[in-house]
Amino acid sequence: MASSAVHGVGTAAGLSLPPAVPTRAAHRNLGDRLFRLLLRAAGATVLLLVVGLAVEMIVGAMPALRAFGWRFLVTSVWDPVAEHFGAVPFVYGTLLSSLLALLIAVPLGVGAAIYLAELAPGWVRPPVAFLVELVAAVPSVVYGLWGIFVLAPLLRTWVQPALGKTLGFLPLFQGPPYGVGMLAAGIVLAIMVVPFITAVSREVLLAVPNSQREAALALGATRWETTRLAVLRYGRSGIIGAILLGLGRALGETMAVTMVIGNRPEVALSLFAPGYTMASVIANEFTEATSDLYLSALIEIGLLLLVVTVAVNALARLLVWSVGGAVKAVRE
Amino acid sequence: MKPAGRRVVNVIMAWLTALAAGAVILPLLMIFGFLLFQGASAVNVDFYTHLPKPVGEDGGGMANAIVGSLVLVGMAAGIGLPIGILGGVYLAESRDRRLPWVVRFLADVLNGVPSIVVGIFAYTLVVLPMRRFSAFAGAVALAVIMLPIVVRTSEEIVRLVPSSLREAALALGIPEWKVVLRVVLPTARAGIITGVMVAVARVAGETAPLLFTAFGNRFWHQRLDQPIAALPLQILAYAIAPYDDWHRQAWAGALVLIGMVFVVSLAARLATRGRFSGVR
Repeated sequence: MASSAVHGVGTAAGLSLPPAVPTRAAHRNLGDRLFRLLLRAAGATVLLLVVGLAVEMIVGAMPALRAFGWRFLVTSVWDPVAEHFGAVPFVYGTLLSSLLALLIAVPLGVGAAIYLAELAPGWVRPPVAFLVELVAAVPSVVYGLWGIFVLAPLLRTWVQPALGKTLGFLPLFQGPPYGVGMLAAGIVLAIMVVPFITAVSREVLLAVPNSQREAALALGATRWETTRLAVLRYGRSGIIGAILLGLGRALGETMAVTMVIGNRPEVALSLFAPGYTMASVIANEFTEATSDLYLSALIEIGLLLLVVTVAVNALARLLVWSVGGAVKAVRE
Repeated sequence: MKPAGRRVVNVIMAWLTALAAGAVILPLLMIFGFLLFQGASAVNVDFYTHLPKPVGEDGGGMANAIVGSLVLVGMAAGIGLPIGILGGVYLAESRDRRLPWVVRFLADVLNGVPSIVVGIFAYTLVVLPMRRFSAFAGAVALAVIMLPIVVRTSEEIVRLVPSSLREAALALGIPEWKVVLRVVLPTARAGIITGVMVAVARVAGETAPLLFTAFGNRFWHQRLDQPIAALPLQILAYAIAPYDDWHRQAWAGALVLIGMVFVVSLAARLATRGRFSGVR
């Protein structure tokens, strides 16, 4: 009893102090032990929450898992009336919109990070970095609102007809210009994930040791050559991690996408066509799910989304850690 | 000297990356401009003090949604902050072998879980047993989203507290728990407040996890075990409705929401000015 209490003083402090004198400390060790218990309970709450979340999702998805098995992942029929459910249109929509978003966001995000970490004059950096943070702080529903009333009409009247005329021979740019659809979703997603890619890439670049830069500069390289040859090469895996974190965000993003993607469960090749994502089908149909199997199918889609995003995030964090850049910027 | 070509490339790349940075920020300016242009006219006293009007009648406001959002965020903070801050202290101060590592990892995992999935979790955890949508369910969902942010920022800040302070206090014979509560946490206060505000700003704008937990309400909520309005939900409902007046109100709501979020974000930034700026 006494020895464990002494042990407690040393451990909970996180210090390498010699243990306190046991006899004097005995009466106050009760407080310390209770406090340590409280702290440990708070830590364990996080653990229980995540385990509970996973268990609840699996239990909720069970009826659909039993009813459809692996067919759920290869069927493209979504018919709530006949209770035939397949996830293909949603998986396709999520992947396509996220890839489209990355296609736009990666060059811009990494470019902005290079500018902020390497090439910009010192006085430019703090205000611009702050503005990038604000881009990340805009609520999803506001992006959706902007997407419906500004972006979609813009695409419908100007961008899509122009694209159809010039690149219309590609199946990607065929079909009537609705405005809302895959293209709108990809653009809104790109706007939303780009600040994450910029912020994390910037952290990664700032974590690259200065000796790398100095060595390149000493050899007569220009700022850009230094960035390309020394800094980017050193931070490559971290930047890939930053991109994957952006991908994780894009995959799970719900509201803005739901508002602009058109919500039609179809696999269409054209970017002009409406689509549907895993997150938006849950958002739209969860409260309308009339049967248990319907609800369960929606939860299974949620489970699928959970597994994919957790895998992408875990990989991303490993990559960013490998550069030694703190993933501090990733708070959302 | 460097050959001209290399220097030209250097300048071009500086401009290109600057353009990229501009392109990242441009949407923010566009959205803000549009919000002011479209929404400012509808933000008036009525907007803050009146309930939504029935379809067809112009005017009215989002008073219930503004209050609802404050209630939801307040309840979520009441649940999430104590656990989050204590959890952060645990991660920073504990010398347990495995549990902190697992908790840290899982907090990061939880941070990456899509908010809509958190909504499903709150639905099965609270809504199904209670058999109704409620403010409480919405608050639970938001608290789950806040928790990992608060845990990780609190941990980082508590780690920054110099151990000489702890050692001095312990050397005076003060028990450990008092050292944490009276020395470590007050020292880390500014940083923890920042983490809290970042978390609040984040959940204040969340829509997806509230869809099937708080559910929304066109009237004042009477009790916390009933559906409650929230600003993001109201903006969504008005945005996808076919009435022009509602669209204008949606813009106004978005302006108010974004104003709240930015003020909190700005305050978070200012709170860390001084003591912890520059230290990470």
